[in-house]
Amino acid sequence: MRPSSAWLRNHTYLVPLVLLVVAVALNYYFQPNFFQPRVLNGNLRVMLPLMVLAAGQALVIIAGGIDLSVGAMVSLVNVLLVTLVTRESGPPEVLLAVGAALLVGAAAGAVNGLCVAYLRLQPIVTTYATSFLFSGVALAVLPRPGGALPRALTTFYRSAPLGVPATAYGIALLLLLWVVLRRTRFVQYLYAVGGNAAAARASGVRVAFTRFLSYVTMGLFAALSAMMLTLSTGSGNSRLGDAMTLPSIVAVVLGGTRLAGGQGGVVGAVIGVAVLTIIRNLITFSNVPTWYQTLFDAVVILLALAGPGIVQLIRGRRA
Amino acid sequence: MSRVPPAAVALLLSVALFFLAGLVQPNFVNAAQAINIVRLAAFLGIIAAGQTLVIISGGEGIDLSVGAVVTLGAILTFMISGGSSERLWLALLVVLAVGAAIGLVNGLGIVFVRIPPLVMTLGMAGVVQGTILAVTRGNIPGGVPRALANLVTGRFLGVPGAIYLWALLGLLMWFVLQRTRYGRELFAVGVNRRTAALSGVNVSGVVVLTYTLSGLLAALGGLLLLGFTQRVFLTLGETYLFPSIAAVVVGGTVLAGGRGSYFGTMAGALVLTMTESLLRSMRIGEAYQMIVFGAILVVLLSVYGRQRERE
Repeated sequence: MRPSSAWLRNHTYLVPLVLLVVAVALNYYFQPNFFQPRVLNGNLRVMLPLMVLAAGQALVIIAGGIDLSVGAMVSLVNVLLVTLVTRESGPPEVLLAVGAALLVGAAAGAVNGLCVAYLRLQPIVTTYATSFLFSGVALAVLPRPGGALPRALTTFYRSAPLGVPATAYGIALLLLLWVVLRRTRFVQYLYAVGGNAAAARASGVRVAFTRFLSYVTMGLFAALSAMMLTLSTGSGNSRLGDAMTLPSIVAVVLGGTRLAGGQGGVVGAVIGVAVLTIIRNLITFSNVPTWYQTLFDAVVILLALAGPGIVQLIRGRRA
Repeated sequence: MSRVPPAAVALLLSVALFFLAGLVQPNFVNAAQAINIVRLAAFLGIIAAGQTLVIISGGEGIDLSVGAVVTLGAILTFMISGGSSERLWLALLVVLAVGAAIGLVNGLGIVFVRIPPLVMTLGMAGVVQGTILAVTRGNIPGGVPRALANLVTGRFLGVPGAIYLWALLGLLMWFVLQRTRYGRELFAVGVNRRTAALSGVNVSGVVVLTYTLSGLLAALGGLLLLGFTQRVFLTLGETYLFPSIAAVVVGGTVLAGGRGSYFGTMAGALVLTMTESLLRSMRIGEAYQMIVFGAILVVLLSVYGRQRERE
């Protein structure tokens, strides 16, 4: 292995970063006002909830799992928030709702963790099954879409303190959180368990407990994501998060994290979300006829996902 | 550790569920209802056939494009036949060819470009959905050939054609898995690709063929499903995607690969359909139906869906 490729493996987010630069440049070409605060802010508002969710998904995938219930968890927390908070709520109610949201997110994650880590059920089908549980509870809590948040909160989400969009602070905080987390023993264990569970166990890592915690953490991230999403939409819907599940996984993979586990990171996942969102933007702005947009979107994403493999294929031939 | 075949457990479970339903809902238990449930399960079972092969092949094998390919199969049949029974053969040929081609691309992408199966087939599902939208523009002209409707819903000795077709597929799958070289090699590849390759199995060929078969079977499932639903819409197959995986796992096929049977999948499809029908008949509201279905699914998975500890 040449040193350069080893270095690349430790900085898996570089390939997606290149993708991002290309996507942003193209977007700027088609939409010259892309960097205007109002437009940028609009884009970031859409990205932030999915970024938070993909960050959690990345942690689960690094530990060798996967979570198909994340969308349902987001929906569940979303309906919980709008049930506990009304337009007239003051800070105490809001704080209570935030606490409840984190608690419910962690509890939902714990259900997944229990099934996967301790009952040793297969993650893909288990989290698919629990997504019914969470969606069902969400529907029972809020049978019809509705609800509202205090105006001050939704306004804050759209504001730009010191000229920088509030959501940009959110992304910075998310990355900062990762920088801190990455140094913790917990995240080191996630890599160890996802890379080689037997070796991790042999060196004293509590494998099942680590897996369990990865799902609980996912639940917390889903709750945070739901908070951002609720700030963005300002209302509740028991299906609101459903469409976020698969993009959260695609973003993680686009970000250079392998589904096999043991490698990758949150930075890549965050970039992956940005790439996904900008590709959508591009399709809207480059005048692709409406009926072709889904196809175009899918082909571009598939090519982006296949890119590294194709490069390797060509390189392998030459060697 | 019991050594009862998972297929038998799942089958017993569905029979037990059926009679248990009788306790809650006495008018649920009768021959007509039983036949109706098996008929509903037939479509899920047929659609899950290819999924079974893919999952046995191991290497994180999974096919998330089956939902989109089922929809495509139904739409192609609808459009090509235009409701004419004579053109059904042409439709069948095209549907099988297109399904196989999609599966082939999946297989090539997975084996040669090394895209993880989950991502490759998920991307392919998007491409197929996108193509359907781009070509039809939401406007799908055509019709359901009477011959197809008769084949699927027509009854022989009181049993709908779909169930005979399913049974036939069951025998065919058993034969392929247990009595052909491909079947033997498929299990070998699923257990351990390296040892399979060392003992002379063309691993790449087997995996590509498996995804090709999965596409072909999903498209065929779409064609048959059209005979039942009698209409097409863009999300027709989507609802079968994850149930097709759940049916395989509940039937005892291990997601890690190398072990499983189609009879297990058939039993799994029966259990899932039974549970859903039972819940629907109980009129407890959609929210509680979902909660109970999720809980039952977790319990079912814990019966045979437990993974071996990786060495």
